[in-house]
Amino acid sequence: MRKDLLGMKEMTSEEIMLLLKTASSFKDVLKRDIKKVPTLRGRTVVNLFFEPSTRTRTSFELAAKRLSTDVINFSGPSSSILKGESLLDTALTVEALGADIIIIRHSSSGVPHMLAGHLRASVINAGDGTNEHPTQALLDAFTILEKKERTEGLKMVIVGDILHSRVAKSNIYCLMKLGVELRLIGPSTLLPPAFEEIPGVKVFSDMEEGLKDADVIMMLRLQLERQGKGFFPTTEEYFREWGLTKKKLALARPDAIVMHPGPMNRGIEIASEVADGTNSVILEQVTNGLAVRMAVMYHLEQAKGEKRG
Amino acid sequence: MAKKLLDAKEVERTLTRMSHEIIEKTKGTEGLCLVGIQRGGVHLAQRLARKIGETEGAEVPVGSLDISFYRDDIKIRRQPAVSKTEIPFNLDEKKVILVDDVFFTGRSIRAAMDAIMDMGRPAMIQLAVLIDRGHRELPIRADYAGKNVPTSLGERVEVLLAEEGEEDSVLLLSPEEITG
Amino acid sequence: MRLHNHLHIINAYVIDPSQDFEGRAELLIEDGKIKTLAAGEKIKNAKGAEVFDAEGMYVLPGLIDMHTHLREPGFEHKETIRTGTLAALKGGFTTVCAMPNTNPVNDNAGITEFILKKAEREGNANVLPIGAITKGQKGEELAEMYMMLSAGCIAFSDDGNPVASSLTMRRALEYARGFHALIISHSEDPRLSEGGVMNEGFLSISMGLKGVPSVSEEVFIYRDIALAEYTGAKIHIAHVSTEGSVRIIRQAKERGVHVTAETCPHYFSLTEDAVAGYNTNAKVNPPLRSEKDVEAIKEGLRDGTIDLIATDHAPHSLEEKTREFDNAPFGISGLETALPLGMELVRGGVLSLKDLVSKLTIQPAKILQISKGSLREGADAELCVFDPDKEYVLDPAALLSRGKNTPFAGHRMKGAVVATIFKGNLFKW
Repeated sequence: MRKDLLGMKEMTSEEIMLLLKTASSFKDVLKRDIKKVPTLRGRTVVNLFFEPSTRTRTSFELAAKRLSTDVINFSGPSSSILKGESLLDTALTVEALGADIIIIRHSSSGVPHMLAGHLRASVINAGDGTNEHPTQALLDAFTILEKKERTEGLKMVIVGDILHSRVAKSNIYCLMKLGVELRLIGPSTLLPPAFEEIPGVKVFSDMEEGLKDADVIMMLRLQLERQGKGFFPTTEEYFREWGLTKKKLALARPDAIVMHPGPMNRGIEIASEVADGTNSVILEQVTNGLAVRMAVMYHLEQAKGEKRG
Repeated sequence: MAKKLLDAKEVERTLTRMSHEIIEKTKGTEGLCLVGIQRGGVHLAQRLARKIGETEGAEVPVGSLDISFYRDDIKIRRQPAVSKTEIPFNLDEKKVILVDDVFFTGRSIRAAMDAIMDMGRPAMIQLAVLIDRGHRELPIRADYAGKNVPTSLGERVEVLLAEEGEEDSVLLLSPEEITG
Repeated sequence: MRLHNHLHIINAYVIDPSQDFEGRAELLIEDGKIKTLAAGEKIKNAKGAEVFDAEGMYVLPGLIDMHTHLREPGFEHKETIRTGTLAALKGGFTTVCAMPNTNPVNDNAGITEFILKKAEREGNANVLPIGAITKGQKGEELAEMYMMLSAGCIAFSDDGNPVASSLTMRRALEYARGFHALIISHSEDPRLSEGGVMNEGFLSISMGLKGVPSVSEEVFIYRDIALAEYTGAKIHIAHVSTEGSVRIIRQAKERGVHVTAETCPHYFSLTEDAVAGYNTNAKVNPPLRSEKDVEAIKEGLRDGTIDLIATDHAPHSLEEKTREFDNAPFGISGLETALPLGMELVRGGVLSLKDLVSKLTIQPAKILQISKGSLREGADAELCVFDPDKEYVLDPAALLSRGKNTPFAGHRMKGAVVATIFKGNLFKW
């Protein structure tokens, strides 16, 4: 296991499966009365979030606490060109407080990578710009594996603003390594031709065509700020063409699972009846997120022991 | 050439003797359960549970316990892979017998006890081991030991079992045999 | 300080495209001027001269860089006229053209005079200021080009920014044409490029970085050439980086339009892959492009579509480049790596040695209409001595420029300037 978890790009399928296996054991722990293990007792985990996010931060915080670590939440300025401490200085200060693991989220791609090079602590990328969000991909893979008991040959569909979605990108890298047959659906302004060059990936503008016989459907959150930038005319049109309704869901396999990284824009990318329906595993993704993040922290700390032992 | 401490027949006899000792000491199977420590103790626990069950005519619940999350050496050495913890019964008020293959420093048992305590409140915890090789680093003792084998620190005791595709045996490896 | 005004250079391999000369020769410098260039023979009346043995070396006229950022006034933490010209000498450049995106912008004669005075007092090389096309480089009102020309500006550019309004660019070309001044265009469509930090393509998507599409440069080069053609003015295109751009310029030249073009060493030496790992030292505008763009740039150099090589030396402080990729400033510190990188074109069979040297000497001299870049009798003694075989690993800390921002850090380089002669000073590196 490496020192940091920066992205799914660099991970091998063996590393991914090992993490998911460990996550499964942590999920068992989360079902007990005492939802805690002393494994990383005394370690310090710092959430260094330069981009606000309550749900991801809370998930990491809880995962860290379940491992008996001490957790600190630090928020930094959103850009280093604002007057004040530089990015690097902020990170080094946090490390000087005794951080063993630093979880970083920033609106600019590449920040966790840049900081990891200067830090002794382990860095977990909790989302960098439009680049990656590896723990989300891991928890998504875990959910799929749990529900479908396999990944090889599964027909999976990702729908939405793929160009700007770090969740989509991490999922693409991760699931391709696990043998999933991937289909990408969205308006062509958000699905540039470059995606068709990825071997094994099929690109669709027509959602109904892309959904046929799908085993897994992942809906991406439409970032409403994109509306003004000319990528698509209105959210009404977006919902009509690329929103997931009960009718469109029927085109997929009857046992297809519906996923969403959250938070959902009901009525824009996903209809309420689907989000709350029997195919939806959206809430389980959240639970699995805890177990997966515990597994990540466990393996990162373990890697340090490996170096010595 | 590794020294064979016990062959298949001897392993079987030892386990049978241990199962009788357990029944004698716990005075029957009421509230009794066995928990095998991953990975070496799991199959042994299942065998002991079967033998006890056959003798007493009652089924003894068996579970497996992975102690990875309770170990004390994550900072200093490579960790073994995490295995499954499956204890499909309530531990409260039970007489839990932890089962392991080789009893060495005692740290694994300490971890196992902490794990059990987090999962419930047993009436008592006892320890059954196939081989006790000495060199305790903690004040923990075995209630039932199959065989006491004095060893030196550099040596290793390996228990091979039929469930894993090997012939039942217990081997003693010298330091050269371990690295070579 | 002792002057080296009387110098006898022996055993040299001299390349002087201005005299169409390449070969073993000796040079005699007297009173700071070139007295004699003796091809393949010994100079006899060199009594009393200091001897400089250039065995194994190339001797070239001092190079001319048509595109440098000296950062003074206003950005002295990145570079000063003193440090920038010293770095220039180390790279073999004895004449540099200083772009006006300083603070305040060089958009009036007062700033031009300041730069010239500073250069005279502290500069180590010839500094030719380039004045801004528009006030503050804002792209709205024309700057006082005529007064700047009289004060000493050699050409005009809003470099750093394109002139976004076609109307303003048209007026600028028409106005400059009146006094035969040269407009240097930084061609880029600001709306298409907006927010982009690297070349747009699969790599930018996979790295989660906003891309600058090649078409942004091409659209404005097309526009700028069309405006130059329409107004009858001459135009020079700065830092050409794409295949499409080379094609457009080639076609325009075939039509007889008065357009010249430059490219920079990083556009023929690196692709966008240099940005991998979010390396801000490879963040530059225009960005490093794809393999096929690099091949087209080389072809453009080979067939003369691209007239010359300029460095676009853009130093930044370490603190500024140690930011998230999105917010790090664009620019590569290039004066000290240009010549060895250019030599790779010769080694790769893209250019002959004479062609390479002419793209760094007589080509810029011709376009700027200055008498530099030559070892002709009577010329100022400004030359550099280059060891083509010296191999080393580039250490940014060893650069003389304040800007250590080079993507070639850690790269194996072959060839280095070992001495530069300028205004009676002999610099040994």
